[in-house]
Amino acid sequence: MSRGPTPKVERVVPNAFERRDPAPNKRVGVNALHRPLLWFFALLATSAVARAAGVNDLARGGDGFWVQAARFASLTDPSVRYALAGALLLGLGCGLLGGFIVVRKMALVGDALSHAVLPGVAAGFLWAGTKDPVAIFIGATIAGLLGTATVSAITSTTRLKEDTALGLVLTSYFALGICMLTMIQRLPNGNQSGIGTFLFGQAAALGADDIGLMSIVTAAVVGVVLLGYKELLVTSFDPGFARSAGLPTAWIHHTLMFLLAAAVVVALQAVGVVLVSAMLITPAAAAYLLTDRLHRMLLLAAGFGMVSGVVGAFGSFVGQGLPTGPLMVLAASTVFAGAFLFGPRHGVIARWWRQRSERGRTRRENALKAMFHLWEEDDFGPEGVALNDFAQRRRSTLEEIGVVVRELATHDLVTLDREMVYFTPAGRLRAGEIVRNHRLWELYLTESANIAPDHVHDDAERIEHVLGEATVRALERRLNYAKIDPHGKLIPSPRELHRAEHDALERPAGPGRSGGGEGGRS
Amino acid sequence: MTDAATPALEIHDLTVSYHRKPVLWGIDVAITPGQLVGIIGPNGAGKSTLIKSCMGLLPVSGGWVKVFGKPLREATGRVGYVPQRESVDWDFPVSVLDVVLMGRYGRLGLGRRPGKADREAARACLDKVQLLPFANRQISNLSGGQQQRVFLARALAQEADLYFMDEPFAGVDAATETAIITVLRELRSAGKTILVVHHDLPTARQYFDRLLLLNMNVIAFGPTEEVFTAELLQKTYGGRLTLLSEVAQALGAGANAGGGDRA
Repeated sequence: MSRGPTPKVERVVPNAFERRDPAPNKRVGVNALHRPLLWFFALLATSAVARAAGVNDLARGGDGFWVQAARFASLTDPSVRYALAGALLLGLGCGLLGGFIVVRKMALVGDALSHAVLPGVAAGFLWAGTKDPVAIFIGATIAGLLGTATVSAITSTTRLKEDTALGLVLTSYFALGICMLTMIQRLPNGNQSGIGTFLFGQAAALGADDIGLMSIVTAAVVGVVLLGYKELLVTSFDPGFARSAGLPTAWIHHTLMFLLAAAVVVALQAVGVVLVSAMLITPAAAAYLLTDRLHRMLLLAAGFGMVSGVVGAFGSFVGQGLPTGPLMVLAASTVFAGAFLFGPRHGVIARWWRQRSERGRTRRENALKAMFHLWEEDDFGPEGVALNDFAQRRRSTLEEIGVVVRELATHDLVTLDREMVYFTPAGRLRAGEIVRNHRLWELYLTESANIAPDHVHDDAERIEHVLGEATVRALERRLNYAKIDPHGKLIPSPRELHRAEHDALERPAGPGRSGGGEGGRS
Repeated sequence: MTDAATPALEIHDLTVSYHRKPVLWGIDVAITPGQLVGIIGPNGAGKSTLIKSCMGLLPVSGGWVKVFGKPLREATGRVGYVPQRESVDWDFPVSVLDVVLMGRYGRLGLGRRPGKADREAARACLDKVQLLPFANRQISNLSGGQQQRVFLARALAQEADLYFMDEPFAGVDAATETAIITVLRELRSAGKTILVVHHDLPTARQYFDRLLLLNMNVIAFGPTEEVFTAELLQKTYGGRLTLLSEVAQALGAGANAGGGDRA
């Protein structure tokens, strides 16, 4: 028999089951991957706890943790009010923008932009002579836009690709900024300028001017997102289509970049240059894992951003000078870790659970099938199977088979009566279905796909668990309701299965010794 | 609407280059409304480039394009587009209906959300491609053929008069192929003009009223039965143009002094 069409069939087949029931070797691979990841997050969690404890100790050394916490919560201290307002505005603006950054795959652009603004910060300071927020804002925005223009210039005139250009611009602008800041700190009025906070952020140092600027930028971000949501959506999803429909994609991109630069600049004071991109990416990435709709993702990202911001500001306040930026980013990372682990659909644990229950189902169904085979070999006689025969058939010990049978019993598929195992009606029906699926699929492969009968068993072993009723009906039609599989065995017919089920319903559930005997032979 | 004499699409002396290497050279085509036109040619013949530059998605180095007698900029509302399926990220967090609604965006102003009428129109378009039951799914939960039909539904929602479709039949199942060709024929009966980049010669003959044989320039354009000849296909798919392309490359490299040229 020709083996020619095999690859074609195999291409069709794995897709159908791989999602539900990965091959055993694959499972090992996934587990091997998960374990280190889980350890990594366990470590992360412990370190976060350790850090929190550090905050505690530090606070006790000063005013005491609870005193500080109460001061923060009472909002009497203006610096607390500013820090809190700043954190909320920052989380909102960065979260919303971050949503678009993530879906547009521009995460690195945000990072490059935040580093590129540093020379502008220094230049603004030098120009104004003091730490004037407006001067710094203007300088930083210009530097940021210059940075992105440099990236565009490099990618469009050379054959370097964007990632390299971003890395190049990020580091060189950042280096320039560090040098300029160091020079400024050597100036007579340098030290009291507090410009060092631009590196790691200090929410407590926020003033009314900073909050004013932040409000303007965040309002602009919210306004643009509200007004141009559909334009941002379509240009993010399919820019070519958006342009063909006459939308000004270039303008939309530039607007987004400008807002990004502005948001990064106003966030600098609170989060710092080094980590500001995390406030763009992390809340949005967590939101991306939790939802399948952009508008919900934006709302979640904004919420996560604000929560992280407040947690960071609070930690920094009670922690007496712990840098705000790293605390905010840690809070956001914790949210992300939560989404990564516990996300209901894409989360690691949910996926692991689904795989586990899928494996359990396959294991149970295979045991049922073996029982059905024994029953069949007994010419569908008494419906009970001796535990000993069962163990021998499964090539396992009595103890092992006992575990399997008890598992089947907890799912109400079999009942155990001393040394004998009996199908429940549901168990017999499912066993018959599995055997039917297996044999139908084998027949289909040999008849319709020209595969040799000795090649079809393994494939049917996997397919039998995932064939839906509709597919089974289609298979039966296609095979003209065949009765005999390629190995000469009887294919249990749906009518008979139905009758078995019907009989079972008539009779009260129990060992059902006389249940499907004749039905099997007909 | 438009009087019959005005071509739906008129391309004059269109030249498109990529890093100084010409991809299309001196294209002259005029397509009368109500035609279903297949664009065929070998890989790298510039088929996608042609329709993209007709829609202004690529910079043009010479020539012009008119849509219903007007420059493209004034006629974007009358143009519909089905891009290649691979051109977008199907993990993007949008539903099937959201994607089809994008077809309505062009006619809505800034700040205006798609309304109830737009939703109804989008659902009707989804129904035409038999995907209405999938309206609320996230787009990654669709098969390749279904994804292609989503793009088709989005183009239908544009209610355009001239459609450009980039390989809508590439890698789709038989059911999708039938659904697409049915929709295309309906569009043609409604007087729309459709340009389809196509890669499969046997079906090309069967599907299209006119064929545009393309390999860097127009080898032939005319009714399918006149153009679909061994000689012209040989001309299109044969090696005739390799010399031209080599010369052009040499010219490009010379003018460019060895820089910025993509191999």
